[in-house]
Amino acid sequence: MMAEKENILELKNVVYSFHTYGGEVKAVRDVSFEVRKGEILGIVGESGCGKSVTAQCILRLNPEPPGFFGGGEILFKGRDILKMSNKEIRKVRGGEIGFVFQDPMTSLNPTMRVGAQIEEVFLGRTGVTKKEVKNRALEIMKLVGISDVEKRYRQYPHELSGGMKQRIMIAIALVSRPSLIICDEPTTSLDVTIEAQILDLLLELREKLGTSIIMITHDLGVIARLCDRVIVMYGGKVVERGTADELFYDTAHPYTKGLMNSIAKLDTAKGEKLQPIEGTPPDLFSPPVGCPFAARCDYCMDVCNEMPPEVYQLTDEHATCCWLQHEMAPDNDMKKKPEKKGEVR
Amino acid sequence: MANETKQPLVQVKELCKYFHVSRTAELKAVDGVSFDIYKGETVSLVGESGCGKSTTGRCMIRLYEPTKGQVIYDGKDITKLSKEEQKAFCKKVQMIFQNPYASLNPRMTVKEIVGEGLKQHGMSREEVDKKVEALLETVGLNKDHMSRFPHEFSGGQRQRIGIARALSVDPEFIICDEPISALDVSIQAQVINMLKHLQETMGLTYLFIAHDLSVVKYISDRVVVMYLGTLVETAETEELYANPAHPYTKALLSAIPEADPKKAKANERIPIKGEIPSPINPKNCCRFAERCQYATDRCFSEMPKLREVAPGHMAACHLLDK
Repeated sequence: MMAEKENILELKNVVYSFHTYGGEVKAVRDVSFEVRKGEILGIVGESGCGKSVTAQCILRLNPEPPGFFGGGEILFKGRDILKMSNKEIRKVRGGEIGFVFQDPMTSLNPTMRVGAQIEEVFLGRTGVTKKEVKNRALEIMKLVGISDVEKRYRQYPHELSGGMKQRIMIAIALVSRPSLIICDEPTTSLDVTIEAQILDLLLELREKLGTSIIMITHDLGVIARLCDRVIVMYGGKVVERGTADELFYDTAHPYTKGLMNSIAKLDTAKGEKLQPIEGTPPDLFSPPVGCPFAARCDYCMDVCNEMPPEVYQLTDEHATCCWLQHEMAPDNDMKKKPEKKGEVR
Repeated sequence: MANETKQPLVQVKELCKYFHVSRTAELKAVDGVSFDIYKGETVSLVGESGCGKSTTGRCMIRLYEPTKGQVIYDGKDITKLSKEEQKAFCKKVQMIFQNPYASLNPRMTVKEIVGEGLKQHGMSREEVDKKVEALLETVGLNKDHMSRFPHEFSGGQRQRIGIARALSVDPEFIICDEPISALDVSIQAQVINMLKHLQETMGLTYLFIAHDLSVVKYISDRVVVMYLGTLVETAETEELYANPAHPYTKALLSAIPEADPKKAKANERIPIKGEIPSPINPKNCCRFAERCQYATDRCFSEMPKLREVAPGHMAACHLLDK
C-alpha cells in the first residue's frame, strides 16, 4: 500500500533539552520530519539517541521542568502543538493521537480493571452514555484480537500475559479512533512469536482503519517488516531518511551501514565476523561540534569534526546528513554519484 | 565441533526441576530434559520466556538443586560432589548473567568484583592484582578501570566486567544466560565477537541461552529448542535452520524479524495462536498441542518421545511417526 502524500504531522527543527544537575542535556537537536496519512514511519536508533524523547515531544509528555523546548514547531493537522493550551493538548492526547508505551507490564494501572482503563479515555467527554462507552471498549478489544472480551473486560492487568497486556495498550491507544498512533518500542519486551502477532496486528489495523503509525524501535527486523519510510537517529539528530527499500539496499550514511553490519542475520555465514561499531555514542551534555558520529566513523574526514554536515537530498525521499556526499569529498563506496540520482527508483 | 567418538564434557540426563507453588500446585519448570555438550563447542538453548531455559542453565551450575535427573560433568555427577570436588567444579564452570546492571555489586570496585573468585581460590594480593589487570585487558578494558565502581560504566562495558569475572578462574565451560539481550545493537556485536575470540584462543565450551534466533544461528554449533519445560528439538545448527522438524521450531523460525524489507514482507509466516500456557500442573501430553495447528487427538493424550529424524537431529512430535 502506497501512502498518500498528505502530511498529518510535521516536525520542524525541533530542539528539546533537559536541565539536570550535570548541566543541560541536549536530547533532541534540530529534528524535522513528517508523517503522512496512512503510512508507517519507523524511527531507529540506539538507546540515548533521542528517539523516545522525540516521540514524547509530539504529545508533550516529557515532564517540564526539567525538560524544555529550545525551538521548533510541531504541526498536527496544521495546528501547532507547542502553542496549544493544556486543555487543548489533552484532547489531542489519547483522542487524536494514541500512544503505545514500551513496557506493558508497568504502564498499565495495576489497581484498575482493564475495561475501565480502556474507557478512561472517554472520561470528561460529553455526549456519550456509559453503555455506548462499554460497547465501544468491547468492540475495540475484539479488534485487537482479544478473545472472551466480556471476561477480560473485568480482569486486572496481572491476570493477563505480556502479549495480552500489549494488546490492551494498543486498544487504549485506538479506542477513540485516532488518526495517528505512536508506538514506542511496543515489542521489545515480548517473545518473537508474540512480537510477530503484534506486528501483524498493527499492519492489519493500518489496512482497516487507515491510521498512521510512528514505530520507534532499535530492531531493524521490525523496521523491515513494517515500515514504509524510515528515519535513522543518532546523537539527537536525524542522520538518514528514506523509504525502507532505499535505506536497506542503498544505504547512504556510515552509521546506518554500521548498524546493518553489526547485526547477525540468518544468512550471515558462520566464519564471517560481525562488524561492530567501535566506541560508544556521544555524550549529549556537550555534543560534538561536527557530525555526532565522527568519533566512531570509519570514513571520518577532518571536516566531520569541525562542522555539522549538511543534508544531501539523494532522491525525493532519500536524504542523508553526511559530508561524504559533498562534491569535494573523496570517492568511496558510500558516495552516491550525482548522475545516479535519476536512476534510483 | 561435536565429535561423536569423544566423551561429552557435560551430560544432562532427564533433568527435572519442579517448584512447589502451593500444596497442590507444582510448577514444572524443567521436565525431563537431556542433552550433551562436547568440549570446545557452543550449544544454544532457545525458547520463549518461561520455557525453562534459564532454569536448566542454573541447574547445570548448581544454583538450583535438580528435583530429578543428573548433570554429569567430566564423568562426575555434580549433585554428589564432595566439598573439595565442589570447589574444583566451581573453578571449571562459570556463568555470565543476563542483566549487567543487576549482576554486579554496586558497592564493590571492578578489582574486587573480578578478583573475588581468585581470592577464594587462594591467590595472594599481588597475584590477584596482576591477574585482574591481564583479564581486563583481555576483555578490552584497561587497568585505569580497576578502582572504579560499576555505575561508572556503560552496559557493554559492564557486560565485559561480567565476562572478566567469569574468566578469572580459568574455566573450561561457561554458561552465558542471555549475555547480550540487555545491550544495544551496535554493542551486541562487540560482545559476540569477543566471546567467539575467547573461545578460539582459550578453547572454551559455551552453553548459550538466548531467544534471538539470528544470533544463535551465528554463534552456535548445535541448538536445543525448549518449550514449556520440555525439549522439543535438537540438531546441528545448519540442519535445524534448514530442516526444522517440529511445528514449534518451524513457527519460531518463521517469526524471526529479518532485517531485509523484501524478504520480510514476502516471508510467509506460520502463525502460532495464543500464548505460552502456564507451567503449573501441566497435562501429561504434548505441551505444544494447544497452540499447534496440526494437533490430533493423540497429541492431547500422550507425551511424544524424542526420536531421530536425521543423524544427530532429534525431535519430539507425534506427527513424525510414520
